[in-house]
Amino acid sequence: MSDWLYSDRVKEHFMDPKNIMYDEEGFEYDAKGTTGNIKCGDEMTFYLKIDPESMTITDCRWKTFGCASAIASTSVLSEMVKGMKLEDAYRISNRDIIEQLGGLPENKVHCSVLGDKALRRAIDNYYRSIGMEDRVHDTGSRVVCQCLNITEDEIEHAVLEGARNYYQLQEKTKVGTSCGECEEEARRLLAYYLDKHFCNT
Amino acid sequence: MKRIYLDHNATTPLHPEVRKSIIDSMDLYGNPSSLHADGREARALLEEARGRVAALINAEPGDMMFVGSGSEANNTVLSILGCTGAQCGIHPSVESQLVTSTIEHPCILETSKCLENRGASVARIGVDERGLLRMEDLEEALARDTSLVSIMMVNNETGAIQDVRTALDLAHRAGALFHTDAVQAVGKIPVDVRELEVDFLTVSAHKIYGPKGVGALYVRRGTPFCPLIRGGHQEMGRRAGTENTLGITGFGIAAEMRGLEMEAEGRKLEALNRRLREGIIERIDDIHFNSFPEHCVHSTLNVSFAGVEGEAMLLYLDMEGIEVSTGSACASGSLDPSHVLLEMGLPVEYSHGSLRISMGRSTTEDDVERVLEVLPGVVRRLRKMSTAWGGSCR
Repeated sequence: MSDWLYSDRVKEHFMDPKNIMYDEEGFEYDAKGTTGNIKCGDEMTFYLKIDPESMTITDCRWKTFGCASAIASTSVLSEMVKGMKLEDAYRISNRDIIEQLGGLPENKVHCSVLGDKALRRAIDNYYRSIGMEDRVHDTGSRVVCQCLNITEDEIEHAVLEGARNYYQLQEKTKVGTSCGECEEEARRLLAYYLDKHFCNT
Repeated sequence: MKRIYLDHNATTPLHPEVRKSIIDSMDLYGNPSSLHADGREARALLEEARGRVAALINAEPGDMMFVGSGSEANNTVLSILGCTGAQCGIHPSVESQLVTSTIEHPCILETSKCLENRGASVARIGVDERGLLRMEDLEEALARDTSLVSIMMVNNETGAIQDVRTALDLAHRAGALFHTDAVQAVGKIPVDVRELEVDFLTVSAHKIYGPKGVGALYVRRGTPFCPLIRGGHQEMGRRAGTENTLGITGFGIAAEMRGLEMEAEGRKLEALNRRLREGIIERIDDIHFNSFPEHCVHSTLNVSFAGVEGEAMLLYLDMEGIEVSTGSACASGSLDPSHVLLEMGLPVEYSHGSLRISMGRSTTEDDVERVLEVLPGVVRRLRKMSTAWGGSCR
């Protein structure tokens, strides 16, 4: 009998998630960031406590509306970032999270994309709050995919990195892999950026 | 840990009598088409089973054909639409449409989509907030030339019982054939094909405590028919392939046992359903029932919980030994929440947090009490970590 649907690490973090933000605990944080959308079935928020001297994450909490792997991936990410410098935490990718989880089935990968985005958003919000706007990466580019919070900039970036069709664009960005409502808009942007960067006429 | 199986709409465990019948027949290897003694023995077994399955829905045994699954039966019925009539004498007008509903099982939805891609015209009738077919829309659709109407009798997700009688009368009046996918109905509520005068009706063995890999299709005598699987004389030339004698034997016994047990079981399930529903209302706030007792089979209770996601609920319950199902996107692999719940107009937020509890012959009061003991804690636990719950909003 198969004991569990996903990896042991996913099970561990789903059974006993670390660093959940419980309202009654009164956790004091310096920054928070939310991503996702309840309509799409996944939404999460990261809360960070930051040491301004060393620019290090000293503690964190999170909340998630989502499936087992969304809960596990947020939990595992919350363990990864503690003690990390902000700039290092900023570079955590969904691949890093999946690796820590010991892998996820293909159709579950979109769930883990959210954690790193919520984290980056929280860090950006922190930079803004202390007047270090120059460090903010989120340039306020228009969001195309509401579910996974994917912006126009990211689509352009993916095209520059080699996405040549919608399938490849989805591989790189996960755009439209949740509710799919943004497909038409994403395809239009894909054509636009392909034309902008790779059409010589 | 004792497991509590509450996913009977997905499949059911073998009835002990079914299990026994299959084991007893294990050495009957004869091909029912063979003329010798071994063949005749298998043939006798096959026909006995046919009689038993026919009896459950008050059909003539000769009008029942065995197939590989409910999905195959449904595909078979829809496939008559593409028939050019060269061999079987069916001449459906190219203009003539298929009418079905938006809440059918995927084996109807996807097959009708495929027919559409091949040029057929398909009308899909929606449902109201209780999950019941909009009859006025059906009537309107039937104003156009229609060759076949296919409406499920009981919905697999909500348990909603459709008014097949009215739909069928409308279809027949419009000169169309009528098919009903009764996979979730047969064995739960009385089904009588003679009284209903239905043209096609689908049954599946594993939903009624029989084995997997066997289904049956009722085809009313004289109804146009075209085989989906060709190349053999089996099943009166309607379904090629040597019959699954062991599976069919078990199917027969399962049908017979349903006939004996269904009525008393229905009363038990009605009480359990009431207890479950009331217990959930007492213990958990912000819920939405997707099954309406006056229109649903008693075995199914579909309910949504605000602020939580279904797959997470399902897996926490599974760890406590409680086995249910969900309409959540994350559990489907398709990333879309249940099409049935969305069609009923349920807000997307709620459709991600639905649970389907489907009880059956072995479900006890203790099982229901155990669900009521565990479920509130699971919902509370998930709500406490949910962005869609509490905080400043509540």
